[in-house]
Parts: sequence; structure tokens; C-alpha cells
Amino acid sequence: MAYLFHPLTLVTFLPLLGVLIILFLPPERKNIARWVALITSLATFGISIAVLAQFNPQDPDLQLVVNLPWIQVSTWSIAFHLGIDGLSILLVLLTTLLTPISILSTWTAIEERVKEFMIFFLLLEIGMIGVFLAQDLFLFYIFWEFTLIPMYFLIGMWGGSNRIYAAVKFFLYTMAGSVLMLLAIIWLGLNQGTFSMPELIAKDSVPAELQTWLFLAFAAAFAIKVPMWPLHSWLPDAHVEAPTAGSVILAGVLLKLGTYGFLRFNLQLFPAAAWQLAPWMAGLAVVGILYGAMVSYAQKDVKKLVAYSSVSHLGFVMLGLFALNSQGVQGGILQMVNHGLSTGALFLIVGMIYERRHTRDMDAFGGLWKVMPVYGVLTLIVALSSMGLPGLNGFVGEFAILLGAWGAGSPDGSLGSVWFAGLAAIGVILAAVYILLMFQKMFLGPVTKDENRNLADLNWREIGILVPLVILIFWIGLYPKPFFTLMGPAVDQLVAAIQSAAVTGIP
Amino acid sequence: MPDDLFMSMLAILPLIVLAAWACVLLLIDLIIPADRKGWTAALAAIGLLVTLGVLLAGGWKHYPGFGGMIIADGFSVFVCSLLLLSGLAGIALAYDYLKRTELEHGEYYPLLLFAVLGMMLMSMAADLMVVFLALELLSIPLYILAGIGVPRLSSEEASLKYFLLGAFSSGFVVYGIALVYGAAGTTGFQAIADAITANTYDASLLLIGAALILVGLGFKVAVVPFHMWTPDVYHGAPSSVSAFMAVGAKAAGFAALLRFFVLVLPSLSADLTPVLWAISALTMILGNVVAIAQSNIKRLLAYSSIAHAGYILMALVPYGQGDVAAQSVASALFYLVAYAFTSFAAWAVVIAVERSGEQGTNLEDLAGLGHSHPGLAAVMAVAMLSFTGVPPTLGFFGKFYLFSTVIDGGFIGLALIGVLTSLVSAFYYLRVIVIMYMREGEPVVRREFWLYLTASAAAVGTVLLSIFSTPLLNWASQAVLLFS
Repeated sequence: MAYLFHPLTLVTFLPLLGVLIILFLPPERKNIARWVALITSLATFGISIAVLAQFNPQDPDLQLVVNLPWIQVSTWSIAFHLGIDGLSILLVLLTTLLTPISILSTWTAIEERVKEFMIFFLLLEIGMIGVFLAQDLFLFYIFWEFTLIPMYFLIGMWGGSNRIYAAVKFFLYTMAGSVLMLLAIIWLGLNQGTFSMPELIAKDSVPAELQTWLFLAFAAAFAIKVPMWPLHSWLPDAHVEAPTAGSVILAGVLLKLGTYGFLRFNLQLFPAAAWQLAPWMAGLAVVGILYGAMVSYAQKDVKKLVAYSSVSHLGFVMLGLFALNSQGVQGGILQMVNHGLSTGALFLIVGMIYERRHTRDMDAFGGLWKVMPVYGVLTLIVALSSMGLPGLNGFVGEFAILLGAWGAGSPDGSLGSVWFAGLAAIGVILAAVYILLMFQKMFLGPVTKDENRNLADLNWREIGILVPLVILIFWIGLYPKPFFTLMGPAVDQLVAAIQSAAVTGIP
Repeated sequence: MPDDLFMSMLAILPLIVLAAWACVLLLIDLIIPADRKGWTAALAAIGLLVTLGVLLAGGWKHYPGFGGMIIADGFSVFVCSLLLLSGLAGIALAYDYLKRTELEHGEYYPLLLFAVLGMMLMSMAADLMVVFLALELLSIPLYILAGIGVPRLSSEEASLKYFLLGAFSSGFVVYGIALVYGAAGTTGFQAIADAITANTYDASLLLIGAALILVGLGFKVAVVPFHMWTPDVYHGAPSSVSAFMAVGAKAAGFAALLRFFVLVLPSLSADLTPVLWAISALTMILGNVVAIAQSNIKRLLAYSSIAHAGYILMALVPYGQGDVAAQSVASALFYLVAYAFTSFAAWAVVIAVERSGEQGTNLEDLAGLGHSHPGLAAVMAVAMLSFTGVPPTLGFFGKFYLFSTVIDGGFIGLALIGVLTSLVSAFYYLRVIVIMYMREGEPVVRREFWLYLTASAAAVGTVLLSIFSTPLLNWASQAVLLFS
């Protein structure tokens, strides 16, 4: 029983309580379903804050570990093994923060089948938190695959006109990568005799020549999820068709499952392969940065623009992670959070205008600043954060990543290269171009369309869901130290392990 | 020796109970009035439950019977329990369905009991003659059951097709048995194995004989290229029969294959493993790819059942490697359970939306189910996700164990085909979910107690047994195949 009320078990499975309550509500009591979902997700957020309070940032290892035997047979055993460390704590907090915000954003946007929507949303939260906390490969895979189901329904049932195509594409793409990872997990479990992450890391006995294959099998799953160029084509469809809250969670958290997967599994389990393949991964990341930025520039649909900008931003995260030094990885993790906040907020902003005008075509707007000043100010802050203006969160993350990619801190500077950093820096400039262009088209100048003259400015609920994000945007931008402190020791330990493997592991 | 006879009787005690019950039921059915055939169903169900009780009370001991022609062991108890539960599901699904489609004949239930009897015998058989006997005992009632929808043409067609191809496959089995007899001079598993050890056998004859038996049983479990009958039969037969057939006949066929291959033929694995590999791969690929094109839910489930036969056969591929063989058996058994639960969930929903005269079996007839009947749609969604192999469902755990067996045996290529074809299968399983939840429609649905009970029990089992799968898995791994 003690484990039932363990903070990590609670933070993972508390949403299930909300699911059970909503399940037995009559379908017409929409507001009750909304409130139950909101309160459950807020309570989950509260518990995650309690987890943060108990978390010791000095300790680089897993903390608050729950480890229970789950499935045991003669040849292998699977444990219900949760734990949290510096690599995952920020992402857990991001998840628990974005979920209530997303739920609040659906208050008037979702009117059909509210009950089911809330159930799927809470189930999704369980899956996402589970992925960040699971320390047993098998358990991780279960949570990982499980996130597919609610997201598939969220897109397919509440999405736009082309939702079924987008939902199926999302499911098939993601599953295609996952099944390869499943084979690698099985192989690892059989070959190493355990599915437990700490044990696997401690053993560190995967032969170098096999590491490459296993690395690639895991990377298949994660690269599709991130998504890395050229595996990104599901993303614009899913984002554009998903309901606003779905897009927020998709961009804010689900994509991070991929980058987190690289961080937790590829880097920790296959350090030698990671070291060898880092230039390739970084190269793809840079292509993604530039490609995403250029395609964003070409979009007319503002939601598509934000979707493609994710490809570009996640490219930065990947570049940071595969810089394989402390600055890069820390910047990468922080940029995951930044992207969750900024892009999440951007999707919320797009959703707000879509609710009013039922179009997302940038040409349909113009001069909104005059009509909706509060909306304009908040959009400006978020847009500037997304393009990396100094003083806001995006700058801190991107700066650390570029520093890492440049090669500061690497013993032999094997990846560190002016090229990666230089090309990625062009991506920062391109981001400024497409974001400012979007802002100019929609907000500046005279009001060009009559339909826009009488648009209502944001109401208190809408302001309320953006304000926490804006506060965090400023906080990280002005004083990022607490965030770096949380992840610092864990990242240093990870980087040290990779660099020692790089010295010994390569023939 | 009387002791021997006693042991033999003890070994087949569940079979005796069931056989007697079925015969008596056949007679009792004569005096049950035509509008009260529900009583027959209830009596048949009680018979299955009693047999299950007798079976489980017998425990785990290893009883060879009749000079080794029959073995009652952990393996047979496991398979027989599954078969008896399938029989119960077959009755529960049929109870209201037969009434409303005006197919209610009293003999349905005794015939089903006889089929279960044959399947159970098959799982105990340790002699090729008994295998053949059991094969006929399970097949003949199924031929009749498939045709119980007369005068509906498709049902007659199903029955005839199943009968003709079934007879054909029986011919293969008999010929195979004859060749094995010619090669080893005996039909008993133990004796053949001894002959192989003593090297007093004709290798090529034995190989051909074993291959022919594989072909014959391959028909029963519907693996490519012996699958042609499956879609037509599952489509034409009354749905409750198809559901029962899809699970029971497959479980029995695989039980016989497992016992024969693992116990008798490890020495031929160098020749047979590539064949099994190819059949398994072909079955997974063809079953899943052709299923994509189906627009009728019964045909879709038929192709899906072919594909799943391919997955189960995967477990058999490393049967010749001593240390993996036990895992082979365990993972095949576990997958059979997963497949059984998932299948019954899916077929129950099919039966709920089916109307008389084969109306309501198109995929489009499920449109709007998610809105009008959320519970039933959830059952179907769970079944489809389990068939796909998405956690947390039995289907995922089953595939996980299968793939780990195959990878342990060193067949990573086959495991790769397995996961990739699962991916292909996601496409058509998801389509069912899409149609239920994302298309508008007004499905006509029957609310029938036993049907709903089966549907929900199967779906709940599919989820819960996966989360708490340790006991089931341990049970499956204790079901090792040994001579003594």
C-alpha cells in the first residue's frame, strides 16, 4: 500500500481517478466532466510540485524510486519501476502544467462528446508521465505505445475536416518506429538478462558493434516522434487537424517523448554508438532546423506555420543533445521545456482566433492589434520567445545549444564544429523572419477585413491560461539558473559516461 | 494391469464426462419442445462447466494412458481449459443469435460439445492414430455446424467447402501417418522418438510423412497456403460458429502440432524449421495484406485469424532448440489465450450488429456505434487494439512473448516480419475503429444478455489479464511437453 501513495505512483495514476469518475457521469453533464478533468489535472500538477519539493538536485541518480516486481517468469522479469532524475523532472512538470491548461482551453471549444474527450485527455496524461518516469524498458514501451491510443482518438474524433487521414497517419507512422524499438528492447532484455535501466546502464556490456544497430532501432522510434527530418511528414497533418488542446499537448509534450527517448535511452544505453553517430544525428538536426524554418516561411495557414516551426525547434533540441557535452545537453533539455511553453502557447493563441473566426488563413487577418490589444500583446511575447529574443526563454536554450554545438567543453571537440553551430544560427535568423512576418500580417497595419472589426478581445479564462506560460517564458529568459540547477548533476554524469565510452568504446 | 486401466481412465475422465453428457443431451433434446431450445443450451453449458471442474480437479499430474496413446499433462489441461471456455463462449454467443436468425436447432449444442470433445482429445493425443481420430471427431461436427444455416446458400456453401477441403486435408494427414508408420514402424509418439534415437528409421520417409501431417493440420489452423477455405467458411457459417471455429479448431490444431513437433521431431528441425519459417512469414504477410481489402467484417476477421495463425506458428519455428522449445510452447499457448479472448470480444460485437440474412456484416454497418453504443464500441476497440498488439492488451503481451521466443531462437528476421506485418494490420484494425467512432450512422444493435456478458468478459479479460499476466504466463510455462 505504501507504494500506492508514493508520489511517483500518484503523479502517474491520479488522472485515472478522474477517468473513472467521468466514466460514470451521464453524457449530458458536460460541465461536471470538464470540472472533474480540470481538478484532477490540477491535483496532478500539485503532486508534481510536491515531487519537485522532495527532489534533491545535487543527486545525479534516480530518486523517489518505486520498484515492484510485476511479471515474473523463469527466463526474465519485468518490474514496475519508476524513478525521477534531473533528465526527466522538468518534463514531468511541463506535462502536468500543460495538461490543465489544455483542458481549460477546451472549455468552449469542445462541445461534442465532452465526456469522452476528457477521458482520453486524462489517459494521455497517464501515458506521457509514465514514459518520463518508467525505468524498466518494458514498462516504458507500454506507456510509450499507450500514448498513441488517446491521441489517435483525440485527433480522429475532434479534429478538423481531414482528421481521419491525419489520425491514421499519426498512428501508423509512430507505430512503425515503435515496433523496431520493441525488437531492440526484446533483444536487449534477452541478451542482458534484464529490462531495468539502472542495471543496464551499470552493466554497460552491449558490444560496440551491436550498439549501432540497437541505437538505430531505438532511434527509429524516437526520430519519428521528434520528428526529425526526413521523418516529419506526419506532423503537419496531425497538428493541423488536431483540436487546439490536442495540438498543445502534441507539440508541448508528445514530441518531447522522442527527444527524451534519445536522451534517456540512446545516450545512456549506447554511449559508444551515440558518440560515433553524433555527427550524423547533428547533421540531420541541422537540416531539420533549416528545412522547418524555410517551410514555415512558405505557409499561409498559421497553424501549419507553427507546426513546421516545431520541426525547426526540435532540430535545435536534437543538435543540443548530440553535441554530447554539458552545455549542449542542458540547452537541449531546457529547449524541450521552452518549446513546450512557447509552441504550446502559440497553438493556444491560434486556437483562440480560430474559435472566433473559423479560419487560420493569415490573409484573412490584419490589424488585429487594434481590435484585440490584449491578444496582440500576449501573442507578441510568445512569438518573440519562439524566435529566441534575448531576455525570453528561447534565447537561453538556443544559446546553450549553439555553445554546445560549437564544441565548448568537449575533450577532443569531435562534434564541436563551426559548421553545425553556424548553420543552426542561420535557423535562428530564419525563425525571426517567419515569425515576424506572421505577426506583421496578422496584427499590424490597418484592419483590412470587415469581419475582424468586432472581434472580442480575450476573456479572463483565455488570459488566465496564457499568463502562467508567459510568466515562465520571462522567468526562464531572465533567470534560468534554477532550471539548470535541477538538471545539471544528472547531465554531467551522463556526459561523463558518454565521453568515457567514447575513449574506450571505439576500436 | 488394472492399475494401468485405472490410470488411463483417470487421464480421459474429462473426455468421458463430456462424451456421456453430449450423448445424453442429444437424447434429452428430443423431448425439449422446439420453442424451449434454450434449455438445451443451458444443459450444454452446464456440461462444459462440469467437465472443466473435473479437468481442473485432476490437477497437474502427468498421466499417460492406454499404453502412451494419450497423455494428460499440464499442457493438455491448459489447452482443454481454453477449449472448454471457448465452448462456453460459443454457446453464449449462439443463444440469442440463433433464435433471432431463426436457426435454432437443438442439435447445435450437442454438436458443439462433440467438437469440443474432439479438440480436447487432440490436445492429449500422443499417437498419430489418436490425432487422426480426434481430427475427425472435431471436424465432422464443425462441418455440420457450418451448414446449420440451411437453406441459406452461403451457409451451405461454407459447409460444403469446409467439408471438401477438410476431407482433403484429412487425406493428407492419413497419408502422412502411413508414411511415418512406414518410416518408423509405429505411430506412437514415444515409439517414433525411440526409433529416431536408435536410428532405426527411414529419414526421408519420415520427413515426407511429417511434412504431409503439417500440411493436413495446416489446413485446420488455416496457414498459408492452406488457408483458402477460411474466408468463405467464416463468412458463410453462422457467426457464432465462426467465432467458435476460429478459436477452438485453431487451438486444437496447434496443440497437436506442438506436441508432435516438440516431442517427436526435434531431430528433423534442420529440415522443418525453414519450412515453418516460410509458412509463418507467408501467413503473416498474406493474411494481413489481404485483410486490408476486405469490406465485410466477417471476412476481415477471417483474414485476421489467418494472420494470427502465422504469429502462433512463429513460436514453433525454434522448436528444435532444446532450451528455447519450452518457451516456444509457453508463448504459443499464451498467444492462443490472447487470441481467444480478443476473438470472442470481436465476434460478439459482430453478432450484436448482425441481422438475419447476413445483413449488417459490412464494415459500414458499424458506423456510429461509438456514439450510440459506447460500451459495445469500446469492446470492439479493445479487440482491435489487442489484435494489433498495442498495450495494455493481451495481444501486445502475446506478441511480446512470441517475438522474444523467436529472437531467443535467433530468428530476428522472422521477428522483423512479425512486427512489420503487425504494423500493416494496424491499418485495417484502425479502420474498424475509425468507422465506429468517426463516421455517422445508426447501427441496429441487439441487446442480449449473454451476448453482452461474453463481449464484456472477453474485453475486460483482454485488458486485465494483460496487466496481471504473471499467473497465466506461469501456467503456460509449466505446460511443458515431456514424455514422462
